[in-house]
Amino acid sequence: MSDDKPTAPPEETPAAPESEEKKEQQPLSDEEKAAKIAEAKAKAASRKAAEEAEPKDPWEEKPVPPNHEDASDDPDAVALGSGMPGIVLAADRFAGEVTLSVPADRIVDVCRFLKHDCDYKFLVDLTAVDWPDREEGRFDVIYWMHRFDDSKRLRLHAVVADEVPISSVTEVWKTADWMEREVYDLFGIVFENHPGLERILTWEGFNGHPLRKDFPLEGIDTGAAIYPDVYPPGGGPVLEEADEEEGGAA
Amino acid sequence: MTGPDRPLFDVEEMEINFGPQHPATHGVLRVKMKLDGEKIMEAKPIIGYLHRGTEKLFETMNFPQCIPHTDRMDYVAAATNNQGFCVTMEKLLGITIPPRAAYIRIILAELQRLASHLVWLATHAVDIGAITPFFYTFRERDAILDLFEEYCGARLTLNTMKIGGVPFELPDGWLDRCSELVDGFNAHIEEYENLLTENRIWKKRTIDVGVVSAEDAIEWGLTGPPLRGSGVKWDIRKIFPYDRYDEIDFEIPIGKKGDTYDRYLVRMEEMRQSVRILRQCLDRLPDGPHMAKVPKVLRVKEAGMVYGAVEAPKGELGYFIVATEKATAPYRCRVRPPSFINLQMLPAMVEGHLVADLVAVIGTLDIVLGEIDR
Repeated sequence: MSDDKPTAPPEETPAAPESEEKKEQQPLSDEEKAAKIAEAKAKAASRKAAEEAEPKDPWEEKPVPPNHEDASDDPDAVALGSGMPGIVLAADRFAGEVTLSVPADRIVDVCRFLKHDCDYKFLVDLTAVDWPDREEGRFDVIYWMHRFDDSKRLRLHAVVADEVPISSVTEVWKTADWMEREVYDLFGIVFENHPGLERILTWEGFNGHPLRKDFPLEGIDTGAAIYPDVYPPGGGPVLEEADEEEGGAA
Repeated sequence: MTGPDRPLFDVEEMEINFGPQHPATHGVLRVKMKLDGEKIMEAKPIIGYLHRGTEKLFETMNFPQCIPHTDRMDYVAAATNNQGFCVTMEKLLGITIPPRAAYIRIILAELQRLASHLVWLATHAVDIGAITPFFYTFRERDAILDLFEEYCGARLTLNTMKIGGVPFELPDGWLDRCSELVDGFNAHIEEYENLLTENRIWKKRTIDVGVVSAEDAIEWGLTGPPLRGSGVKWDIRKIFPYDRYDEIDFEIPIGKKGDTYDRYLVRMEEMRQSVRILRQCLDRLPDGPHMAKVPKVLRVKEAGMVYGAVEAPKGELGYFIVATEKATAPYRCRVRPPSFINLQMLPAMVEGHLVADLVAVIGTLDIVLGEIDR
């Protein structure tokens, strides 16, 4: 916009009288004007019709955001429901991905069933989502698995409350080991029967779980476990106190 | 001082740290080992030295702002990281990108795959003791980075894709220069192979080292060349084609035994396939816009979670994005880093082998710590 400004005025000034002259030479009657307007309208209409008739490529259309659909007819949901009645609490399809909600306390049975009876041999991902204010439980634990025969993927979704452990699925898929350690480290969800549930990305002695929504982005002082005499456990030094100490020393 | 009552050697297990400041760990990986002589009895990878909380940062930014942060994860393959995020976001927003944008993306991603595999080959070979390939591969990598620099101004952290397409039209003459590089590339791959494939030392150091069976590979969640090296024909570009990969003709190379040598051959063949993909894209690059018509503010319509994946040079790179209704920023963005999950298998691959094999196995897994620690 700013580039146009300096060049615009010199062009306009000579153009203005010229157009006036033209108007004087060929004044348009009302009929002619009406005809021109009608012509333009017809053109626009025909163009619009042509556009409508001609199928556009999907990329020329407006974005079509995905919708939630019921997926209780999904073959895996049906198989799981008949193998373990009442286990599927909800089945949802969104953007072509099927999510089955299952109770957290039976997660290992469900995973074993899916691996051995539905052939989901490959656990692609395991993660969690924190919803601090949700009543039915704070965390979603998400399992995302893959079947080789028809390249189908399925997501399991289990809700766990804060400070309630969930069983580890490492005995079903070995690859869940580090994924569960990461979820434990970053969310503080405890996985029972895990072969070695330790922090993985942060260090032992780190205070808090960074991906919880109530963990501040700027971080907290986490030297607590390393220098317990300097920093009390459960949080770092309060800034004001530190200032006072500094002032006192000086 | 030795005598009949004293053993000749100290037979106690020795505990030793390999890394985190060791050039052969490809970054800040630390492996805590228990050794019996030179034999590894136990190995435990310790990671997190490069943890920057990228997933936490994602939650504080709107969608387009996340893209530059994806560069910093797998920093030798930034373009595929960008692609993974953009593909996932397009799935969430329902955007279809124009054909020209898709082809430019494929060109960038395959150039990036070549660059990443060249880094892998260079460092893997140096770790094992062959220094010459390093000079050869970095010569070609530099040419690829020059192309990236010309296109988007950066050589490493590219930030070269946008939600809905690619940020720029290709510069004048770029296609010719890219074409020139692509045409000459197979000859270069030949050069590397002449140095290594039939090299006696190379074969001794790689054959039957770090053997992974197909069942184990699946059980441990390996993806990418380590999985294909074990003989599993699996490539995201084929099974869940994104960005018009379904229009491209290419093969998925697989190995037989699943040892380090097989994974080497798989990656070499993958480079040839990348050249083939690039050739097709350059020949068929369609005209048209390089960006879809996307709104200025990207807003999710319905709350939901999506997972999108691309075949990164290291394996399946997935983004799992949870968004609330009408959100302009991710509520949660999980990255499924291929290196993180591939590295998990390291202890199973090296226990019972020699320390020197550990170096070969770390090299063959092709890990990048920026992606592991995020």
